[in-house]
Amino acid sequence: MRFAVIVFPGSNCDHDTYHVIKHILGEEAQFVWHRETSLSNYDVVVIPGGFAYGDYLRTGAIAALSPIMQAVKKFAAGGGLVLGVCNGFQILVEAGLLPGALVANQSLRFISRKIHLKPEDTGSSLTAGLKLDRIYTMPVAHQAGNYLIQAAELAQLEDNGQIAFRYATAGGKVSTGANPNGSVANIAGVLNREKNIMGMMPHPERASESVVGSVDGLEIFKSIAGQA
Amino acid sequence: MNTAKTMQEPAVNEALALEHGLSRDEYGWILDILGRTPTFTELGIYSVMWSEHCSYKSSIKALKTLPRSGGSLLVDAGEENAGLVDIGDGLAVAFKIESHNHPSAVEPYQGAATGVGGIMRDIFTMGARPVASLNSLRFGSLDDSHNRYLLDQVVKGIGDYGNCLGIPTVGGEVVISQAYRGNPLVNAMAVGIVKHDQTASAVASGAGNPVYLLGSKTGRDGIHGATFASEELSAESESRKSNVQVGDPFTEKLLLEATLELAKRSFLVGMQDMGAAGITCSSSEMAAKGECGMRLDIDAVPLREAGMIPYEIMLSESQERMLVVIKAGFDEELLAVAERWELMCTQIGVVTGTGRLEVLSAGHTVADVPCNDLVLGGGAPQYELAAVKPAYLEQAEKLDLGSLPEPADYSQVLLRLLARPNTAHKGYVFEQYDSTIRTNTVVGPGADSAVIRVKGTAKALALTTDGNGRYVYLNPYNGGMTAVAEAARNVVCSGGRPLAITNCLNFGNPNDPGIFYQFREAVAGMGAACRALNTPVTGGNVSFYNENAEGAIYPTPVIGMLGLVDDQRHITTPGFKKANDFIVALGSINGEIGGSEYLEMQYGKVIGPPPALDLETEINVQDVCLEAIRSGIINSAHDISDGGLAVCLAESMLEADPGLGADVHVSRRLRNDELLFGESQSTIIVTLDEKNLLALQRIAMGSQVPCATIGRVTENDRLTINELIDLDRATLHSAHRDSFAVIMNGQSAQ
Repeated sequence: MRFAVIVFPGSNCDHDTYHVIKHILGEEAQFVWHRETSLSNYDVVVIPGGFAYGDYLRTGAIAALSPIMQAVKKFAAGGGLVLGVCNGFQILVEAGLLPGALVANQSLRFISRKIHLKPEDTGSSLTAGLKLDRIYTMPVAHQAGNYLIQAAELAQLEDNGQIAFRYATAGGKVSTGANPNGSVANIAGVLNREKNIMGMMPHPERASESVVGSVDGLEIFKSIAGQA
Repeated sequence: MNTAKTMQEPAVNEALALEHGLSRDEYGWILDILGRTPTFTELGIYSVMWSEHCSYKSSIKALKTLPRSGGSLLVDAGEENAGLVDIGDGLAVAFKIESHNHPSAVEPYQGAATGVGGIMRDIFTMGARPVASLNSLRFGSLDDSHNRYLLDQVVKGIGDYGNCLGIPTVGGEVVISQAYRGNPLVNAMAVGIVKHDQTASAVASGAGNPVYLLGSKTGRDGIHGATFASEELSAESESRKSNVQVGDPFTEKLLLEATLELAKRSFLVGMQDMGAAGITCSSSEMAAKGECGMRLDIDAVPLREAGMIPYEIMLSESQERMLVVIKAGFDEELLAVAERWELMCTQIGVVTGTGRLEVLSAGHTVADVPCNDLVLGGGAPQYELAAVKPAYLEQAEKLDLGSLPEPADYSQVLLRLLARPNTAHKGYVFEQYDSTIRTNTVVGPGADSAVIRVKGTAKALALTTDGNGRYVYLNPYNGGMTAVAEAARNVVCSGGRPLAITNCLNFGNPNDPGIFYQFREAVAGMGAACRALNTPVTGGNVSFYNENAEGAIYPTPVIGMLGLVDDQRHITTPGFKKANDFIVALGSINGEIGGSEYLEMQYGKVIGPPPALDLETEINVQDVCLEAIRSGIINSAHDISDGGLAVCLAESMLEADPGLGADVHVSRRLRNDELLFGESQSTIIVTLDEKNLLALQRIAMGSQVPCATIGRVTENDRLTINELIDLDRATLHSAHRDSFAVIMNGQSAQ
């Protein structure tokens, strides 16, 4: 499969994402600069983490207006698979491709630590390879990962199976103590209604090699690539 | 509309020179060099270049006694912006530590952020991609809300800058002592990796080659930052906030990518980042190094605000700027790189063959000075300051333990000790730093040293920052030696071989003979340790004038050490790994309690003698530990340091999986508090399977290193030491892991 890794000025997880897709997952990967306007040669688009444009305005707000985002919208409308990680999730939300909003962590501090994820839905091409009875461990590292959504919309997400991941304990319990940032209903990742776009705050690319302590993140990439 | 005022140039005379921090002698030398009264711009240039911060005028003679070449060094200390160390596979590591103490005292957020930004630029200016950031921070008592505010903002500044730049902050230290009230220490270290054939140099050459300014516009921020760093803080220092630069990590990220691209291009002649003394320092140093000159058209510099005069433009320390010299005729190629990264890039001058720094404005020459006279190693002043052993040292080692009553309940003492800000777990701090970006972090903050793998090789780097101001205060020579030895020991505990150090020397006012004695002795001790351990000094910086109203800070040399782990399988961590493992002490447990965290906590005493250090013993212990690790028999390793044996064991247990504990029996002819909390150097606690004990003993015997089994890892989730300490995990955990956050929230943990 051919993966596009979008690079904005200020993206900083682009190399990590590329490294995992190309060298660990073994799929094709290409950097795509934010000024590009076409994504027709790709099967999957990944918007990596970072601080696009410094995030001096609301996170993701400027990047959402970049030329490449029109191409992402077109790509997604045609059914292409899109993954946004951390800042990529924020950008997808700002671009209106995913529901809800991401605001400052409850602690108002940057949070960098290992968390545990419970998958909530495997009914999408992005998550089909995951196991509902398994816990996936990987790092979070963000300032604004506190997921917010109105109650009525939350109910829709639940009904449609659009919640991809929730923060949980190592034992799989979805509890307040396992929630690092105050996200509503412990939500760590969501899907769009059509389930071909996924955004998540945790970093699967940082948990894809045993040398860095976990390979659980690789399972997510494998699922997306249909390798699982 | 920008209605900024234009500063009127005052008349230059001796009084104005003194106001600029120059001495009468120095002003006289300037008159001699120029053969006339300097212009206002020239006075500004000399005052920053001859400031302590840029010239090292009081420290350079002592620094030259340090081993500054050999080992795996590719560039001798002082030759480039940072040291360069060979790690094989055609790769080299650039690394350096630097202080940003005074800016952080008055504007902690920006002071710390730009400290990180500045040291990062030193690394990528050389063509090296930054791969890790570390730091060493010191503050006054956290009972004082102002110190908590400083810590909070410094940590946020470091985090925001590094996190945005995308460089993991993998390690560091936070030390709390009233000695640092009013004058916190903020030392930032950066580490980068470069291919041997892609390094860039901070040199200008080739008359007629264009000189470009790449990056941000120039504003009034940071004017005289270097001079500010070279005087004591005072009540007026708060008004110095305009001397503090403002950081923009987003632009730095673009500058980083553009710079690394330029380093690979053959049209690049040289480049240097703009830190202290901005355009002045970068231009004069590049020209002096290339034995050429530079003519700058100061009006071409893009400005943030209207009405800036040449003096201000030359002295501005606006961040995220680089001076770039390219071969003539390659302007379009350079501009294409800048355009891609959306950076400003403007020609501001040319290289000349005159050996002079000429600054032109509106067709007039506003400065014309010989480059070489400005720079360290050239004509900048050098002083041999008076050093006299300070009177306090006569009493500093007279500890009478007999007069101090032994505590009754050692479990309670250990819990209090674990909750002290200096020994407590610093998750509150380092969870605000992105430590996992770049996907290389094998061992993150909180271990003996951080370990990052080197992609494409089997190797890893072990990195640590270490210093103990209390030890140096009590015995400067021994303390300097200990700082280096402990850093090396921390690298060894992680499975690395110590390669080289960078240092940040934080001291008081060097014109006080007692302070200069501390400095001279500490540097001598460091030198002795570096020679013995074969870890040359690659560079670093000196920060003098760290004083508050009550006097100088503890003399605090901070060592940043680089170690190489040859094989990632050797990476070792402090946490116990499995039940029934033997717990073995490599080296002697001597219970030296002088200068310990315990003495200060229990009796309010900072008194010595601090733990002795024998370099031969130290080397032997490190060699044995490393050999054992490499032979694959060691499951965990952690050295005895702050808080002594008891804290060392508690930390190893808390790093282990829940369920594991330790049962330790150790008997020495010592008082129980000496045994438990003494901070003997050259002692490493390792765990290993019983079947490997003989192999370890053989290795240890070869170097005559004591190797005593003191206990076993258990499955009962408790720490027991002799009949003195018996605590369960939950109790230890809450004392050690929760206390720092509690203290920062303004509640006393004790």
